[in-house]
Amino acid sequence: MFLRRPATREVGTLPQWRLMWRQFRRHRLAMAGAAILIPVYFVAIFAEFFAPMSSSTANTSMTYAPPQVVQFSGEHGLHVNGYTTERDPNTYEQRYTEDPTQVIKVGLFVHGDEYKLLGVIPSDIHLIGPVVKGEPFFLLGSDQNGRDLLSRLIHGARVSLSIGLVGVLASFLLGMLIGGVSGYFGGGVDNVVQRIIEFLMAIPTLPLWMALSATLPTDWGPLTRYFAITVLLSLIGWTGLARDVRGRFLSLREEDFVTAARLDGVGRLSIIFRHMIPSFASHIIASLSLAIPAMILGETSLSFLGLGLQAPAVSWGVLLEGAQNVRVVANAPWLLAPGVAVVIVVVAMNFFGDGLRDAADPYGSASRSRRRKSFWRGRAARRASATINTATGR
Amino acid sequence: MLGYFGRRLVYVVVTLWAISIVTFVIINLPPGDYVSTVIANAQAGGVSLTPAEITNLRLRYGLDDPIFVQYWRWISAIVLHGDFGQSFAWNQPVSTLIGERVLLSAILSLSSLLMVWAIAFPIGIYSAVKQYSWGDYGFSFLGFIGMAIPEFMLALILMYIGFRYFGASVGGLFSPEFQDAAWNLGKVLDLAGHLWVPIVVIGVSGTAGMIRVTRANLLDELYRPYVHTARAKGLPEWKLVLKYPVRMSLSPFFSTVGWLLPGLIGGETIVSVVMSLPTGGPLLLSGVMNQDMYLVGSFIMILSVLTVLGTVVSDLALAWWDPRIRKRYKRE
Repeated sequence: MFLRRPATREVGTLPQWRLMWRQFRRHRLAMAGAAILIPVYFVAIFAEFFAPMSSSTANTSMTYAPPQVVQFSGEHGLHVNGYTTERDPNTYEQRYTEDPTQVIKVGLFVHGDEYKLLGVIPSDIHLIGPVVKGEPFFLLGSDQNGRDLLSRLIHGARVSLSIGLVGVLASFLLGMLIGGVSGYFGGGVDNVVQRIIEFLMAIPTLPLWMALSATLPTDWGPLTRYFAITVLLSLIGWTGLARDVRGRFLSLREEDFVTAARLDGVGRLSIIFRHMIPSFASHIIASLSLAIPAMILGETSLSFLGLGLQAPAVSWGVLLEGAQNVRVVANAPWLLAPGVAVVIVVVAMNFFGDGLRDAADPYGSASRSRRRKSFWRGRAARRASATINTATGR
Repeated sequence: MLGYFGRRLVYVVVTLWAISIVTFVIINLPPGDYVSTVIANAQAGGVSLTPAEITNLRLRYGLDDPIFVQYWRWISAIVLHGDFGQSFAWNQPVSTLIGERVLLSAILSLSSLLMVWAIAFPIGIYSAVKQYSWGDYGFSFLGFIGMAIPEFMLALILMYIGFRYFGASVGGLFSPEFQDAAWNLGKVLDLAGHLWVPIVVIGVSGTAGMIRVTRANLLDELYRPYVHTARAKGLPEWKLVLKYPVRMSLSPFFSTVGWLLPGLIGGETIVSVVMSLPTGGPLLLSGVMNQDMYLVGSFIMILSVLTVLGTVVSDLALAWWDPRIRKRYKRE
């Protein structure tokens, strides 16, 4: 015998996160951004598997080899054509021509360079690669040392994509803490903190980054340097966030539910962490997501100038450092591929963050304005509404 | 109003003071000092200095004095004599080095700002007024891409195209034949022919950002009741838009005026490096590379001072333009 459960759910209410998801889904560009970012991050996490080679495997006789195109034929299956190389008699430059008679068989899940997946599982399986290990296979061409650009691009994604996340995390902690203190206590503390923030904002970002990176010791290992650069990047990032958090605290302090909690005898920390932060955390996270692309660009620019990460480490900026000279680029335009990757990821992140920000506030003005009619209605439409108005007398 | 700016100036002075301290710390951060550089240079030249000579040198430059005495000596030379110290790498006073490059940096930043304004405002207005039209989507998309392209990338692409299809060397400022020529019409035209690329490159990301800001600001104004009132009174649509909401939303125009000042010296570092333009940027980079800390420190110092002053100028311009802001200043 089944008793019908009493209907406890009110009609027409949805939990907050469902509302956000709805709002987010409506933002088509943001969905497109997510559709790009999720696979990109997935590839970056399992970079060793997706990249045909390791980031340092070099074929020194194949410098600046142009990209190959994967072909399929009944005779050879999946394959790419090899190169014939000749030296230019005048400039001694290596010239490559595609040679259809040389067939390099390409397979999926082939054995190649050994690696440890996620740093634990030893393996040598690569998603795609030449069946015979060591044969030239450059889908995006090779660089000045004959290393596969595609592999380096995939390996570099790990650093380039994570540096933004780590940097944002650092700015998040700093911004929340300092902004929160400033906004909650107000008065003198607030004044001091605000002056400090204004001061930090007054220093031009790029020169400051450059100056500070000049002071990094050159003998630091790649990992230490990575974290040092992250700290540099977040040094500027937290200020905007701290201002945002402060503003929220200042306005929330006067809200009824905070007063109610205080009258109930809830402790200070508990008010901050249980009541105030949850009510604006989503907004903060959304605006943070817009800071990630700026950090990625920052790292790329610094490394491009040779001030960020240094050579054995691989990031998109480090890869682009090889494309600094326009003559090199003219001979090997595929070296700009990491730049294209940067642009795609940053655009996707901007879209994603935009959608996230709109969604974080499902009742807010941004979502309302989305439904608003266009300002510049056609003349016909204006006349039509005018007629209706006279007709109804409104 | 005057009171507000009086207090503002006090803050400016305090900020500048703090900046000078940070700069001094940055200058002193790398291990070693001027004398160790001199020793290293002497050793590279095959001369080794005796300990007595080293002590003498340290005494002469006052490197063993307490740190605040050193700070005082450094800052008083800047404020009283305009002496920013000596660049180790160039063996010239920093102020001379920077001074040589001001003119070009100024031309670059001024003309790229003009380009940003000239392009961004019409497009921003169009995008807001025709929100969600195809044109708006198109410009928004272009804008997002413009903000996402690293400047050096755009510079490289343009230079590549120029090199590949026009056979021209786009980098630098002059074609080889005009490099050492005296100024004449041909040289000026040659300069103009080279200068447009960096201007475009520098302008693009600024333009993209400015379009977003103008559009958002104008959208905030377009649906205000005063617009309805004006429309109800029968004002033609274009006149209505230009006369009221656009005027209200022009504030980013004025808040960017202040950027001009730091641009006078900085001259977009990365673009200048890629295109080998003799602005301040590459000088800064070489200083950073060589740990030429007086050069770097002075750069930071001058740039920050100009940024702070630029912000004040922007605020003044905003107050002049917008009576609401003026009123708020008065209340404060």
